[in-house]
Amino acid sequence: MSLLTDAITEALGGDVRFDSTQSFSPVVSCVVPRQRFTDAAKAMKKSHALLAAEWAVDETPFGRGFAVFACYRWWSEYLIIKIEVPADDPVFPSITKKYVPAYRFERQIHSLMGLVPVGHPDLRPWIKFEDWPEDAWPLRKSFDGQTSMKRVKGEYTWARAEGEGVYEIPVGPVHAGIIEPGHFRFQAVGEMVINLEERLGYVHKGIEKRFESLSWKEGPALAGRVSGDTTVAHSTAYSMAVEAITNCAVPERAYWLRALFLERERIANHLGDIGAICNDAAFAFMLYQLMRLKEIMMRTNHKLFGHRFIMDRVIPGGVTVDISADGKKEILAELDCISAEFERLVVIYDEHSSLDDRVKETGILIPEKARELCTVGIVARASGLNLDCRAMNPYPPYDRIEMNVPVFIEGDVDARVRVRTEEIRESVRIIRFILENIPEGAVSGPVGQPAPETTGFAAVEGWRGEIIYWVQSGPKGEINRCMVRDPSSLNWIGLEQSIYGNIVPDFPLCNKSFNQSYSGHDV
Amino acid sequence: MIRILKQIFRTGIVTEPLPPEMEKEIVEICSKLNDSIRKRFCGSLTIRQVDAGSCNGCELEIHALNNPVYNCERFGIHFTASPRFADMLLVTGPVSHNMEIALRRTYDATPSPKLVVAAGDCAFNGGIFGESYASRGGIGNVIPVDAYITGCPPTPLAMLKGIVAAVSKG
Repeated sequence: MSLLTDAITEALGGDVRFDSTQSFSPVVSCVVPRQRFTDAAKAMKKSHALLAAEWAVDETPFGRGFAVFACYRWWSEYLIIKIEVPADDPVFPSITKKYVPAYRFERQIHSLMGLVPVGHPDLRPWIKFEDWPEDAWPLRKSFDGQTSMKRVKGEYTWARAEGEGVYEIPVGPVHAGIIEPGHFRFQAVGEMVINLEERLGYVHKGIEKRFESLSWKEGPALAGRVSGDTTVAHSTAYSMAVEAITNCAVPERAYWLRALFLERERIANHLGDIGAICNDAAFAFMLYQLMRLKEIMMRTNHKLFGHRFIMDRVIPGGVTVDISADGKKEILAELDCISAEFERLVVIYDEHSSLDDRVKETGILIPEKARELCTVGIVARASGLNLDCRAMNPYPPYDRIEMNVPVFIEGDVDARVRVRTEEIRESVRIIRFILENIPEGAVSGPVGQPAPETTGFAAVEGWRGEIIYWVQSGPKGEINRCMVRDPSSLNWIGLEQSIYGNIVPDFPLCNKSFNQSYSGHDV
Repeated sequence: MIRILKQIFRTGIVTEPLPPEMEKEIVEICSKLNDSIRKRFCGSLTIRQVDAGSCNGCELEIHALNNPVYNCERFGIHFTASPRFADMLLVTGPVSHNMEIALRRTYDATPSPKLVVAAGDCAFNGGIFGESYASRGGIGNVIPVDAYITGCPPTPLAMLKGIVAAVSKG
């Protein structure tokens, strides 16, 4: 037994039924009665667990109604708690009052699956827009996902602020730069922001519904396009979930190659991010220097692995490309060049006082808040939370790689830059270790067909943070549900919370330091 | 400051000449550009990029166009913040249901004459997302498109080539 399973057994006693049908899943799952969902959340809160995800499944193909799942994490342990919701009474108790991130998860469940979270303070649609027909619940099996949707009349109610000198700034969805679309609404007094409300969902492409019409083999291509900048991590997480559900053995070498791709993706994105943050503080020099280093990596990727982002190279059962001895040498030489240049630039960052002035004490997300919001990844690690799947619940090959997890407690833009800086250094070290220790052998193995009604779970540390995939097979062993949880689903609220009291011109800087994915959030 | 200057001098100019086969093409196109851009757009091409539902992959490669290696500004190509100043819309992604109206508005806000270039496989036909309740498919289903750039995502060179080709065509 472990802490979370003990806690739930103690709190709910005989009401908890541990689910044995999910034997291949690497996490513990249990079913509790619907009315005790909040008690379960309370017990989790008491054991200091964080909420990792909450989602709903239409289980009518199995002759049942709906199901709502909540996934909790504490240290290296995950626990999935399921409740069953009858089709003729589609309501479930909200856990938003216990866990803040459930606020958006439940709005999403309400909007896309049509289940009502009872006790939720705000049931405005989320991802679903006001011009969708009210009964359009795309994740229900009865909804035809292939035909286009009609628009109806509707209006979204925004949070408002009133008073002398209060004004509002609407931004987006089409932003000023080359970035993804989303809407931000600021209430400000003078230059000071007193409230920020995000509205996301503009790039909702129906990915979760789309998965249900694909075969398991077609899945990785879609997973790799949930968030294009995190293509390796997403396809790895999808593949690991499929490997869990089919109980397939992956060759050792494939695991090591995946880690190599993941670390390269991390370095490339962090380089770009640090540059872009400095650029938003009007220090363009860093952007161009770091973009140049990033371009070097992209080219090596293209040359060695056939794609600049290493897209479509991770599949269930392994990977599709191998690395040669010459390839290894090339990467080592490239890393030597990049780290030397990078270290020089870090000194410049450190010594540049006008940059210091912008990034320090800007956009602070205090550790208490970061924990309350259950943030993950770089955002969490810049606010004192020691969270990293690679170290906490290491999947191969990270169980054989020693690594440091950089954690800062300041929670400001500077801390988020420093987390990235340290992670680049760490990833360079990890890649060198991988290249030295990668075992010989095949790079992919056969993958079977999942048995009907089984589930698989995977958590992978992408460069933004923990990515979770949860897959469930249907009555014929097909994809019945593929739940995608990008780190952005948790971290976007963190941005909203960190902006109070900052000045409007600092928003781009804060936003860039979070750099969350719109596409990964909106799926 | 001295470190910054040192780094700048150490780095030198990294902007690359184009690959020989493309160089020829670009020179040819650039001579046409002289006519068409100078005539139609006063010597430079201003682009407004619109993400109509992309996965952010194409955006990264469009960013790369601005990096010192590709340095698209040397051809007079410049990205702008407002559609009101734009000669060209560079649109990515399948058009999501939720972005359709915003895309139409951006198109309407761009003064004529204007060009629309759809970048990426999704922008061509919806790509892996196809057409569904949430996706309208390719950009051409929503606004008129002058040229397509294929690839997932198109490489920065392919982007550059596509943009220049669209101008010379128009």
